[in-house]
Amino acid sequence: MSRQEQILPHGQVLRYTLRERITHWAAGVTYLYLLGTGLAFWSPWLFWLAVALGGTQVSRTLHPWAGLIFFGSVWYMYVMWAPQMTHTDDDRRWWKALKYYSTNQDDKMPPAGRYNAGQKFLFWGFFWANLLLFLSGIFLWAPQYFAWHSLVAMRISVLVHAAAALFTIGLFMIHLYMGLFAERGAFGSVIRGDVSIAFAKRYHPAWYKEIAGEAASPRK
Amino acid sequence: MSQATLRVQKISGHAGSVPGQDTQREYTVCKLIDTTTCIGCKACEVACMEWNDLPFGETVFDNTYQTMPETRWNYWNLILFNEHERDDGSLMWLMRKNQCMHCGEPGCLAACPADGAIIQYTNGIVDFQQANCIGCGYCITGCPFDIPKMNPKTHRVFKCTLCTDRVSEGLEPACIKSCPTGCLHFGIKDDMKELAESRAKQLRDYSNFPNAGVYDPPGVGGTGVIYVLHDATQPELYGGLPKNPHLPWSVKLWKGPLKWFGNVAMIGGLIGLFVHYLRYGPKAREEEDLATGPRGGRT
Repeated sequence: MSRQEQILPHGQVLRYTLRERITHWAAGVTYLYLLGTGLAFWSPWLFWLAVALGGTQVSRTLHPWAGLIFFGSVWYMYVMWAPQMTHTDDDRRWWKALKYYSTNQDDKMPPAGRYNAGQKFLFWGFFWANLLLFLSGIFLWAPQYFAWHSLVAMRISVLVHAAAALFTIGLFMIHLYMGLFAERGAFGSVIRGDVSIAFAKRYHPAWYKEIAGEAASPRK
Repeated sequence: MSQATLRVQKISGHAGSVPGQDTQREYTVCKLIDTTTCIGCKACEVACMEWNDLPFGETVFDNTYQTMPETRWNYWNLILFNEHERDDGSLMWLMRKNQCMHCGEPGCLAACPADGAIIQYTNGIVDFQQANCIGCGYCITGCPFDIPKMNPKTHRVFKCTLCTDRVSEGLEPACIKSCPTGCLHFGIKDDMKELAESRAKQLRDYSNFPNAGVYDPPGVGGTGVIYVLHDATQPELYGGLPKNPHLPWSVKLWKGPLKWFGNVAMIGGLIGLFVHYLRYGPKAREEEDLATGPRGGRT
């Protein structure tokens, strides 16, 4: 997609392509299911979640299948987005200015590109946790198919699975907070795909400059 | 399975109170296995299959007298054979009837996330309720004795029930009934402990087994199956009986610090985010306000 096509009429900018949105929601919907059933297995106090999500044994049966879809979606995000997620000097400055970001003083932030440093952290956090969850999960699913299967490996997998899941829950809570509450317009962008120019200028000025600059300069 | 006379003392994955706890005086039952008088006839294996109506499975010949290398989901009672050469060059042929130990503090029950899939009766029997089992296999990771086994077809886990159905009707377990040498005993834990100790003393005093003793490991809260061993200092010789079994470190870590940390972090995180929103609010009220700079909540 050329940069020019990202400038839409009525002061809107295309932020997420359809492919990106579908991938995001494949991961999002399966994550919600995995979270619910996972929390049911985490604590007896939340075991009712497994009942609510279709029954305890159904939850156990579907959890790994949903996990496969989640794994695939996050992996595809890696294919799509990894080049845009590299850590830059601006990101280093962004982390240093985190206190301004978290207190809504966005004008004091170093200009963010398409993804700010926090979003990059979210991406890599989910990427690595996803790998750990996949490896430990697939082993817990059917240990008998692994030649090296042993009680010790199962015990480690249980721990790794729970710890990695907890880590993603932390990321997920912040992700949800930013997308639903803190940045108005962010949720719509991952549904419809577009954001206002004002949104782009405010939260991702370097990114906006990039596309607007290219759109403004006559090409060919 | 008849539970008419059995009351529940512990329930896996259970948030509420336990119905049978402290409501009735009940004796802890116990199976005593005297390895020094076991002749390895496997009558107990057959009796277990017969009484519990377990489907026949193929045996595995691995150049020993064992029926198969380890217990299976449909083979709960297995005699383990081991040839052991003592320091003086003499040979001992050790046989141990292996099955669920019915721990006082069952690792399987601690690791199980499914409400009511594993229960412990007030008489000490640890029993799996397959109707509540979700087939996650976590109990397998919780057992220090490697006893619970999963049926690969139905994804339900099975193990020795200590013949709950028989015990609840006042009968002894099927294996006990079948033992021709009398090396198996069943009764109240205190009585069995006494009997075991007197047999161990006999072995020490009269049979030249100075290390003879009783295996009733405290690390798992004592067991509902206790052994008399010729050499209680080396239980590993008896088909890998762990010397000091305890709740696996993974289950301890998971159900202890990790659970606490996770719960505090999740609830703390939710409260933190909520308070943050009350204090700072959205980065901009409406999309139209985006250009006009920060407009959060009031302090």
